[in-house]
Formats: sequence, structure tokens, C-alpha cells
Amino acid sequence: MTVSRRKFFINLGKTAGYLALVTSLPQLAWAKWSEKAFTATSLDAAVKAKYGDLPIVDSSEVKLKAPAIAENGAVVPIKVKTDLANVKSISLFVKDNPSPLVTTLHIGPSSLADIQIRIRMGKTSEVTALIEADGKLHRATQQVKVTIGGCGG
Amino acid sequence: MAAIKVKVKAKEKSGIVKAKMLIKHPMESGMRKDKDGKLIPTHHLKEVSVEYKGEVVLQAEIGTGVSKDPFIAFSFKGTKDETFKVTVLDSKGMTGNAEVKIK
Repeated sequence: MTVSRRKFFINLGKTAGYLALVTSLPQLAWAKWSEKAFTATSLDAAVKAKYGDLPIVDSSEVKLKAPAIAENGAVVPIKVKTDLANVKSISLFVKDNPSPLVTTLHIGPSSLADIQIRIRMGKTSEVTALIEADGKLHRATQQVKVTIGGCGG
Repeated sequence: MAAIKVKVKAKEKSGIVKAKMLIKHPMESGMRKDKDGKLIPTHHLKEVSVEYKGEVVLQAEIGTGVSKDPFIAFSFKGTKDETFKVTVLDSKGMTGNAEVKIK
């Protein structure tokens, strides 16, 4: 049987995928870390895996501060702040990253929803902050232009 | 196994503690290649938790999208001269912790 070049590459990709899956299995030991959400490859899938079907509303209460142009994608400083009450968690997503979910920060009752974190961006993309409060997801999105990508070598 | 280095500074001002945390970690994304063209396996931080007076004030789930040597700033209600605890865990099971006094 001859294998076409295209098929060969498809199979190669599949094998690599399985290998990655198998080698990452021991990591499942930490149940809290949402494996599924972090390995999702699209923004919608990542949001769904993380938060299920919680309704999303665009909110001006979510203050997302990101640079309009990031020279170096390896280090993009992001600030998220909100005055909303009962904040449970803050998640950051980069739409065009290989895995969109960057981080989820669970906030305790006596902490303030005011965080800063440095993230990586592969290329120019939208950065989305979701804040979980009162059974709703409050969303803010900002476009960040990246001059040099920060994901590959 | 060497422990992960965690550096934290915290300052209190009118009841609010502002803390800055720097964690020394390579954060390999699994996308980078070594000089032989082989992919470097992922090695990243997974969890960071901050405990103050028995309460978890921050519990972060971290993926490969966070920069090398992660920096996280956060704030919570607290008082001066008290201490809080930071623990971190990475994908290889390495841990690190720090006891921080609020200034």
C-alpha cells in the first residue's frame, strides 16, 4: 500500500497527538487544574470547558488593561480590575494562542479583584478577560498587536 | 529536587495588602525546539496558592500561556506585620513556598 504524502503527515500528527496525551496523563493527578480547559485549542471550547454554560455579558465594569502594541510577545503585562461584588474567579484568554486559556485566578472573599500578570502571546490577537461573579461571566476584550511572537523558539 | 524559588513582597496601606510575586521558572511551553530540532517537553507552573489566616486568598491555575519567570500582583484585606504563605506547584511535581511578612 502506498501512503500519500498528505496521509503520512496526517498520521504523523495523530501519533504525536496520542503521544502527547499519554505522556501528559500523570499530570491528571491534580484534579483542580482544569486539564480540559488548558488543552482546548479554540477560545469557545476553552471557555466552555472552564465555565460550562454560564451566560456571558459584555461589561464595562471589567477593567482590562493591556498594551495596544506589545513589542515582545513573550512578556505582555496584563492588568484586570473590577468593582463588581462577589467575584469568584478571573480568567484570561488569548484567542489566537495554541491554547487560549492562559490562567484562572480564584479569588477569596477577602481579596480584591485587582490583579496583574505577565502573559505570552504567539501573535497579534484579542485578549479576553472573564470575571465570574454572581453566576455570570463578565467579559472585556482588547486587541493586542504583537511584533515578535513569544510562543515558539 | 530543587525547590522553586518564590519571591514575594507585600505592603499594607489602609487595610489593603498589595503583594507582588515573582516565581523563578522556565515555563517551557512545549513549542520550543532544542538545537537538534526536537521539541522541548512542557514544563510549566500549574498552581499557585496564597493563604492568609487559614483562608485561601488567591488560588491560580496557570497554563503555558504565562510568561517565563511569572509575575503576579494581587491584593487582599490584611494587616501589617502578619504573615501569609505562598505555595507553588509545577507540572513535574516540583514545589516551592514562601512565608511573607506584610510590611
